[in-house]
Amino acid sequence: MPVTAGRLLSTRGAPPRRRLLDRLLARPSLVSVAGLAVVVVLFGLRAPGLLSAGGLAGVLDVAALLGIGAVAVGLLLAGGHFDLSIGTLAVSTAVLTGVLAGPGEWDIWAALGVSLAAALAVGVLNGWLVVRTGLPSFLVTLATALVLQGTTLAGMPLLAGAPRVTGLDEAPGWRSAAALFGSTAEAGGGVFAVSLLWWAVLTIGAGWLLWRTRFGNQVLAMGGARRAARELGVPVARTTITLYALTAAAAWLIGTLTLVPVASVAATPALATAIDFVVVAVIGGCLITGGHGSMAGAAVGALLYAVARRGVELSGWDPRWSQALLGVLLLVALMVSGGVRGRLRAAPRS
Amino acid sequence: MLELRGLTVRFGSVAALHRVGVSLDGGRITCVLGENGSGKSTLVSVLSGLTPHDEGELLLDGVPVRFGSPRAARAAGIATVWQDLAVAPLLSVWRNLVLGAEPTRGRWPLRRLDVGAARETAVRALERVGVTGVDPDQPANSLRAGERQSLAIARALHFGARALVLDEPTAPMTIAQQTLVGQAVLRARAEGLAVVLVTHNPRYAHLVGDRYLLLARGQVAGDLTRADVDSDDLTRLMAGGEELTALTTRLHELHPELGER
Repeated sequence: MPVTAGRLLSTRGAPPRRRLLDRLLARPSLVSVAGLAVVVVLFGLRAPGLLSAGGLAGVLDVAALLGIGAVAVGLLLAGGHFDLSIGTLAVSTAVLTGVLAGPGEWDIWAALGVSLAAALAVGVLNGWLVVRTGLPSFLVTLATALVLQGTTLAGMPLLAGAPRVTGLDEAPGWRSAAALFGSTAEAGGGVFAVSLLWWAVLTIGAGWLLWRTRFGNQVLAMGGARRAARELGVPVARTTITLYALTAAAAWLIGTLTLVPVASVAATPALATAIDFVVVAVIGGCLITGGHGSMAGAAVGALLYAVARRGVELSGWDPRWSQALLGVLLLVALMVSGGVRGRLRAAPRS
Repeated sequence: MLELRGLTVRFGSVAALHRVGVSLDGGRITCVLGENGSGKSTLVSVLSGLTPHDEGELLLDGVPVRFGSPRAARAAGIATVWQDLAVAPLLSVWRNLVLGAEPTRGRWPLRRLDVGAARETAVRALERVGVTGVDPDQPANSLRAGERQSLAIARALHFGARALVLDEPTAPMTIAQQTLVGQAVLRARAEGLAVVLVTHNPRYAHLVGDRYLLLARGQVAGDLTRADVDSDDLTRLMAGGEELTALTTRLHELHPELGER
């Protein structure tokens, strides 16, 4: 094949320099790389502590959980769908784990297993509702998110007697769970959490799934041209439901990775977290219109977001400024990806 | 090879196809003609597995079959060129060509796309319909309209081992594109495939067709062979509903043996 490709490249006659530029500009994830460079320089100058090992650990801690959510949402976006319930689901599953392992005195692994099953059930329900009703997934998952959030916030005090469960480290089986989801490693004065590993593995795995498997090909086709995908025998319903189940599993992982390090859980509203994931995925180059997605880009997007958030905090500014910055970045990413859609016509890629 | 017997498809209470019977033989080109809403598209979606039939039988080599999905139809050797060509614009040419029938290697859970084989398949399938010089990695929407059509045809020829269903695009085609479709159709006939051609161009239908299936309101209004009609007849037939109804009545008068169909 390289022979054919090479021959064709040369016969198409574009000068190689120009081609390289086109290829670069056709990468929707370029925004995130450029943005990352900008915020690193900006906040690196303002708050040098950000670039120390400790500062880096803080940034990566924020980025890991965001990145895990963004990978799942990025897959979903590539398939032409949307999920607003992931942040809420993360809290709900953590609360369920906490209630079962705390007041319920279950083994932590049994509690984790039940909450994973519950998360998958919610994911399948989301997918089924989207397939069945044909309504925009934005609205369907908004409804699920509200139901989950209301149930969690109102139900937890009823079950646990308080909106917060602590002392989960007394649950049976805690040691192994803590090793898997809560261990840390020290390097150069910074404490790095195990969530980093989960993030890295999931990013690589999701990238492989999207670009190198049959499932991924079908997701991309479904997101880019649903009718065509159906006509060619892509099981659209099954693929959609699988995507939502994967997103729900990611939500469970995020909830678990938040719960285990502190051995406690609180019922908090988290609808906005889902928007963060979408923002990060879009900045990272997942087209909101579906049909293209970059998992590495989503990872860079998560880093960008984390640097901005920690940077604003360390600079001594009101942390809410980071939201405004993120909004601007999202706008830029959306506009660029509109342009990129046009450029994607030209550049070869596989 | 493919036979329809009393085939009925309903959408709610409306019968999009009503008791349609026709046999589609290998090595022959059957042109399906009829005005909009006459059931042509429904016939295409039944043959290609998108819409399951409600009553009657679809026989493949005499065995009743019922396709659960387009994938099942393609696995049985029936491939379709869709009216919208079914091309995902942002995906590369090779991804589009193997979509729904991707070659894989390795064992689950490490089963993955065989990218090399898929690229090669794409290049070979395109060369077969006379398109060379297309980079299999370029996205499908960088192809010219005619090349996109070729992609759809190449895919159908590659996967259609026994029958080829062509739903002609509603967008007008250039002579070059029409020639391309014509070549593909004739080659498929020469290879012994059963070809079903839904077309809007009567002259073209007369040129390549062996048989003409006229549909009106979901029913077979006429099943004619090349000897029955000339291209002017076909033009008149396609001109409008009144013509078609008048012809149906007249044919029934002239040929009582046509019976109730």
